[in-house]
This record gives sequence, C-alpha cells and structure tokens, in this order.
Amino acid sequence: MPFKIIASQCTSCSACEPECPNVAISEKGGTFVIDPKKCTECLGYFDEPQCVAVCPVDNTCVVDTSLPRYQAPV
Amino acid sequence: MDVSAQHDASSIGHVAEVGEIMQAIAEHKGCGTSGGSGKASCGSQAGQGDLPTEIWEKVKNHPCYSEEAHHHYARMHVAVAPACNIQCNYCNRKYDCANESRPGVVSEKLTPEQAAKKVLAVASTIPQMTVLGIAGPGDPLANPEKTFKTFELISQTAPDIKLCLSTNGLALPDHVDAIARFNVDHVTITINMVDPEIGAKIYPWIFYKHKRYTGYEAAKILTDRQLQGLEMLTERGILCKINSVMIPGINDQHLVEVNRAVKSRGAFLHNIMPLISSPEHGTVFGLNGQRGPSAQELKALQDSCEGEMNMMRHCRQCRADAVGLLGEDRSAEFTTEKIMAMEVKYDAETRKAYQEKVEEERVAKVAAKQEELAELAGASSDIKVLAAVATKGSGLINEHFGHAKEFQVYELSTAGAKFVGHRRVDLYCQGGYGEEDSLETIIRAINDCHAVFVAKIGGCPKGDLIKAGIEPVDQYAHEFIEKSAIAWFKAYLDKVNRGEIEHVERGDAVIRQGALISAA
Ligand code: SF4
Ligand code: SF4
Ligand code: SF4
Repeated sequence: MPFKIIASQCTSCSACEPECPNVAISEKGGTFVIDPKKCTECLGYFDEPQCVAVCPVDNTCVVDTSLPRYQAPV
Repeated sequence: MDVSAQHDASSIGHVAEVGEIMQAIAEHKGCGTSGGSGKASCGSQAGQGDLPTEIWEKVKNHPCYSEEAHHHYARMHVAVAPACNIQCNYCNRKYDCANESRPGVVSEKLTPEQAAKKVLAVASTIPQMTVLGIAGPGDPLANPEKTFKTFELISQTAPDIKLCLSTNGLALPDHVDAIARFNVDHVTITINMVDPEIGAKIYPWIFYKHKRYTGYEAAKILTDRQLQGLEMLTERGILCKINSVMIPGINDQHLVEVNRAVKSRGAFLHNIMPLISSPEHGTVFGLNGQRGPSAQELKALQDSCEGEMNMMRHCRQCRADAVGLLGEDRSAEFTTEKIMAMEVKYDAETRKAYQEKVEEERVAKVAAKQEELAELAGASSDIKVLAAVATKGSGLINEHFGHAKEFQVYELSTAGAKFVGHRRVDLYCQGGYGEEDSLETIIRAINDCHAVFVAKIGGCPKGDLIKAGIEPVDQYAHEFIEKSAIAWFKAYLDKVNRGEIEHVERGDAVIRQGALISAA
C-alpha cells in the first residue's frame, strides 16, 4: 500500500520531498502530495518510510489502505 | 532562530585603524563584575585576549554580534528552506499566524531567486542592511541546495553583504566545506545541552541517516554532531556563535557546562535566550506548562557565564523573515508581491557613503560617553541600577514612551553603562490613546529598572510609573544613550550620598511571552 499525505495536517515544510528515494513527493497547491504510482513504501531502499520518519506532524504521512500493496517488479 | 555571518570585513566602509577598533570594542562593551561566580571580569577583554584581530574586525559591524553595532546596522533573514531534521519541544512548525510577529516563524517562503531579489530590494532601500541570514524556519542545512543556491546568487549580485547561517548542527559536519566555499564565515549553532540525558528532555526525535532516532540515542547523536561541527568550523577560522535556550528546571544549571564546552571548542560568542512558551503556541513545552525564566534568572545565568566568554545580550529572537534594525520589523514592506514588482538598482557606492556617515556617528557616540565617564571617575559605590531606554536606533534616546515596542536595558554602575538586554512590550499608545492594561504590562516588563529614558512621555503614564517606583526621564531626549545614562546615574549617586533619596533594590521583571522560539 502506498503512502499518502493528509493535506489538512501538512505544514508544507517540504522536509519529506527530498527524502523520498522515488521522487514520489511533490508540492501541489501549497501542500505536498505523494504519487501513489511512484511510492514503493521505501521497500528496497530503507528500513522505514522516509516521509513518515522525517515529517514533524505525527500521522500525516500514512498508508493509503484503499490502494493495493506495492509489488516489486520482477 | 537567529543569525550571524560575514565575509569581507572591510566592506562596511570603516577605515579606522585596527587599534582604534579594538579600543572601541573594549569601550562599548564596558567592564562589569559578573554575578554568580563573583569574580570581576571584563567580557570584551576576556574575549579579545583569545581572539585574533581579524575576528574582531568581522564582529564589529555585525548587528547580531556586536551589541553596539546593532544600533546602527540592520540584518535581514530570508526563508528559503523550511524543512527540519529534528524536533524541539519549544518549536511548533505548524503554527504561523500573519498577525503575530514571532521568532522562527515566517509567512512567506521564497525561492532562492526570489530571496536574492528581496535582498537587493531591501539593501537598496535600507542602506544600513549589511547582513543576510538564513535561519529557518526549519534547519537551513536540512535543505542545503536551496540554502547554498541563495548564498551563491547573493554573493554574485551584492558581494558586500555578509552571509550567515543558523543551524541545529545535526547536518553541520557534512556541510562545513560548502560553508567555507561560500564565504559564510559566521555560523550560529543552537546547543542546548552537552549531556544526552538532558537532551532527551528537549528533543523528542531526530532524523539522521534515513532513520528516526528518539530519546537518549537521538540526543547523543545530536550533541556529538554539534560539537564536531563546531570544531570543524573553528579549525577553518569560521566564526561560530552558540545559541542556547534557557529552560528552567531542565537545562538552566547545565548551561554553564555548555558554555565551557563550546568555549573550549572555539566558539566566540554565547547567546543564552529565554524559553518563550505559552499554551497557545501549541509546543510541547507550551502545552505541558513549562515556564520560561524571569528577567533576573536570565541575567544571573548570563552573568555567571560572562567570565568565560562574551555573552550576547541583545538578541531579539527575530522572525525568520525579519527585516531591518534589530527590534524593528519592516518585513511587511517587502512582501514577495511588492518585491517582484520593484525595479531594483543596487548601488554599492551610495550604501558605502551612507555607512561611512554611520561610522562617524558611532565615533561621536563613543567620545561623548568617554567625557561623561571621566566625570564619574573617582566615584566609588557598590550601587548598581538598571535603566530602560526607549530608542529606535542610532544609539539615541529617540523614542516616545507610548511608541516603544521594546526597551533596551542598561546596568549602571561606577564602571559605566553596560547593555544587559532588551524587553519587548506591547504598544502602549496604539492609535494615539493610552491603554491601561498595556501600561501595566510595560511596568511588569521593566519592573527591575530604576528609571526609564524616553524622548517624550504623557502625563498619565508618567504618574503611574512614578507610583511604581520607576522614574521617567525625558530631559535627555535625542541625546546619546550611554552618555545620558551615566550622567543620570551620577546625579542619582549624588542624591543618595547627600541623603536626599534612599537607594532601594528593585524587584524582578517578566519576560514577555508573546513570542515562540524556534532556535535552529
Ligand atoms: S514511503 Fe518512501 S517511497 Fe513512499 S512516498 Fe514515502 S518516502 Fe517516498
Ligand atoms: S514532511 Fe510532513 S508536514 Fe512537511 S511537507 Fe511533508 S507531509 Fe507536509
Ligand atoms: S526550533 Fe529549529 S531545529 Fe528545532 S524543530 Fe524548530 S525548526 Fe527544527
């Protein structure tokens, strides 16, 4: 499941953007959004999702349960 | 957050001999007896003994470093990099309100290109503007590309502007080379502890090497990286100032040890700032009722560290996009919209000519104070009093009591007048009429002072001040602060000696809590 950002909580601090190994995060209309097609949940890169680890507001970068889990390409 | 830096020390247009400058620094810093430890010391001389002349050269015109220079020169901050890699319990990065001027907070985030244009626009409008700082919100080194891109653009277009940087230090060791390359030679590091046990109470987490660390481990990494970064900078001759936030019951005692640790690693100035925390700021400290220090507690700690190194007393805990002289904020004149529409012509010559005039004023001020001090010579008394001054800069008593947004506080003794801090207050006279409540706030803010020097004051507040035991003094309107303060003190001593008045100690004062610290 890819991560998503809860826009109402995002402070637009931009801390997450440069940390994403997949360049999945970008600014849109003042807040930051994750492109679910690009997010790999940081699998294969880091032990923890970088956006979650760096975000100053708890529970702002969260799993998007409405989407299927990320599948590593074969 | 706050700021500091520069590269070309001679760029300011000051042509005095080095000896003269060092003399001037010794003069204006003044000597005093430090409180806590009880040993007599002269802050400036202690510092000077350790510092090479080039460093004093760099410091002398820097509004954030030199207490005396801040009357004459202005700084600005630009906010280009709001990301941060740690969390401090005194910071809430979510909170930004357009109606309130608070340190560390910024309303407008700029691209490096916009920031460079803003710097040019401000420098052309305010010729006293000599220093540009990147101080947040956030940690400039958590977003190094934007920070260094901004420095690069400014050093190309306005090479006479000094650059400075404030950081929490976590990423510092990785960027020391870039800092040196961009001639950023003043760096401020916020160091609140050197003991991870204490650090764990201040920092809930850090983000380091792609991992979030918490507790003791986080604080341990942070302090190691901060001290390593400090050492690396001072080895390269880059000036380092240390900011510490005084948090009563958590690090207040410990800051003496922090002072020793940073001094031994070559930091040249230590700025101990009061914690500012109110529940409405939404910080962890604000919400759990952690109090800030009183004016006396802060001064006692600063005094006890003073024998070790220079203490900075004039910090305003500026907004991250503050513009203008310290204590003044003209950022509203330079919004992105206004700047982008501005036709900017950068005229280094006009700036230089203006700054030369400023230097003349400064020399006159030091000379005037010298004269008055000579009068005081020979007098000996243990009496020390504090006096508050309403000023809008240039080292003059030139502000109306009702218009003062802050008061500068001087300690007067037979050694002279020593600047010891400033007190922010709410405007007494808003829209031309006095408000009772704000007068009470002002009295609380300067309650430890015996006198308040003003350019003008209305009859009503005058009476209330006298009732509170604070003498309003308006006979030195538009004269030099230190000269006047010494003259007044001399007359005060005379009256005490003649038995006309009795000297009584004043109580404590309250530090205004209307601002939120964000001290990367
Ligand atoms: S979980 Fe990792 S890959 Fe997904 S958006 Fe966050 S940082 Fe990027
Ligand atoms: S780190 Fe969190 S608060 Fe900052 S931009 Fe990303 S999602 Fe928003
Ligand atoms: S005070 Fe500065 S270092 Fe601390 S969390 Fe806020 S922005 Fe980051």
